[in-house]
Amino acid sequence: MFKKSTLAAAGLMLGLSTMAATPAQAHRAWLLPSMTVLAGDDETVSVDAAISNELFVFEHHAMPLDDLVITGPDGTQVEPAIIGSGRYRSVFDVPLKEQGTYRIAIARNGMMGFYELNGERKRWRGSKDDLPGAIPDGATNVRLMETASRTETFATLGAPTDTALQPSGVGLEMIPVTHPNDLVATEAATMRFVLDGEPVEGMDVEFVEGGTRYRDNAGIQTLTTDANGEVSLMAPEAGMYFIEASQGSRRGEQTDGPARRASYTAVLEFMPL
Amino acid sequence: MQKSLILVATTGLIATPAVAGDMTVTVEIPRMRVAEYHNPYVAIWIEDSAGKVASTLDVWYEVDKRGGEGTKWLADMRTWWRRAGRSMKMPANGISGPTQAPGKYTLKFTEGRTPLRNLAPGNYKLRVEAAREVGGREVLTIPFKWPASGSVSGSAKGTSELGTVTLSGKS
Repeated sequence: MFKKSTLAAAGLMLGLSTMAATPAQAHRAWLLPSMTVLAGDDETVSVDAAISNELFVFEHHAMPLDDLVITGPDGTQVEPAIIGSGRYRSVFDVPLKEQGTYRIAIARNGMMGFYELNGERKRWRGSKDDLPGAIPDGATNVRLMETASRTETFATLGAPTDTALQPSGVGLEMIPVTHPNDLVATEAATMRFVLDGEPVEGMDVEFVEGGTRYRDNAGIQTLTTDANGEVSLMAPEAGMYFIEASQGSRRGEQTDGPARRASYTAVLEFMPL
Repeated sequence: MQKSLILVATTGLIATPAVAGDMTVTVEIPRMRVAEYHNPYVAIWIEDSAGKVASTLDVWYEVDKRGGEGTKWLADMRTWWRRAGRSMKMPANGISGPTQAPGKYTLKFTEGRTPLRNLAPGNYKLRVEAAREVGGREVLTIPFKWPASGSVSGSAKGTSELGTVTLSGKS
């Protein structure tokens, strides 16, 4: 059982990467805000949402916005104005009416199942609650996987605040030790990664500046979280940066339950000094 | 007037650290030859050696622009915005004023009177930041020590958005 679920997890990873709507290794899911540091009494941040290879080019798939949640400075939800989805990107506006920091996030927690029935390969997706009865009797080679993905960005009107940054405790999350809208090129910034609220040690985190299309070097800084789950980010120059991390099926290996994959991505803006 | 002068003299005699001083700042906005010109936004402030803002002295922006549109671009003065602006409410009495056309401007401040707060003895920097719509940004710095033993003066010369900036003061 132990071995089987590990294999299944590997198989599922492969399966995952061919699925358009799920952020997987081969593609990058991102929410690109027009600006993250804003002034005035009333502002709007316009956001492009896409899944792509190049940063930040819309060239692969539009990001579905079904699970978009925006948290305002007081911790309550803010309603976005959804413009729509084209082939390569989705677009929405976020009204900023209160001073402080907003978290813009798409978080999905679900389950995936692969099985064979009468010699045919089948795939199922749904929530954990949908699972009972979802896999038909007589199915063989059943492999299940829990998925938790989170894609975020942040914007601040006026002075930065922390209320919207509180973690949910589910899946892989980034807790900004340095405020995500107080980032400046050449100044170190600290981010902590937690899985279900617990710091993740020894995890690879990729940190990449946008503009990949216009350079030969992919420019990926691969960082590793320390005992506190923290990495130190150093942006050599100002710009929009992409940060990405994922955790494999550790849980599934420890128990006989389903394998699990949790991923996190964010776009961070580093301002010139 | 007479009275306050005597008061200053007296406090000076008993060596109270904060003796009200005067500062004069001149700021030059250079003339540019560009297709689209807008007067720059300018922030003038004093920060201590740790970079903490002691006083924002002046902020020139489109104060009267309708619908609060003028405040939208305050964040373009990035250094001032991060250190002070984002925590201030604009317009601010005695601090904010309209943008200025190219030319040379003289500003006088008296310690202890808005906007120049009393400065504890130490090393400071006068900073002037200009950001222009469809243009660039420049920050100039003049270090000085306060209180001035007699007087202080300094100047800095910009290369793009600012001309010469000078500081002279006595305490």
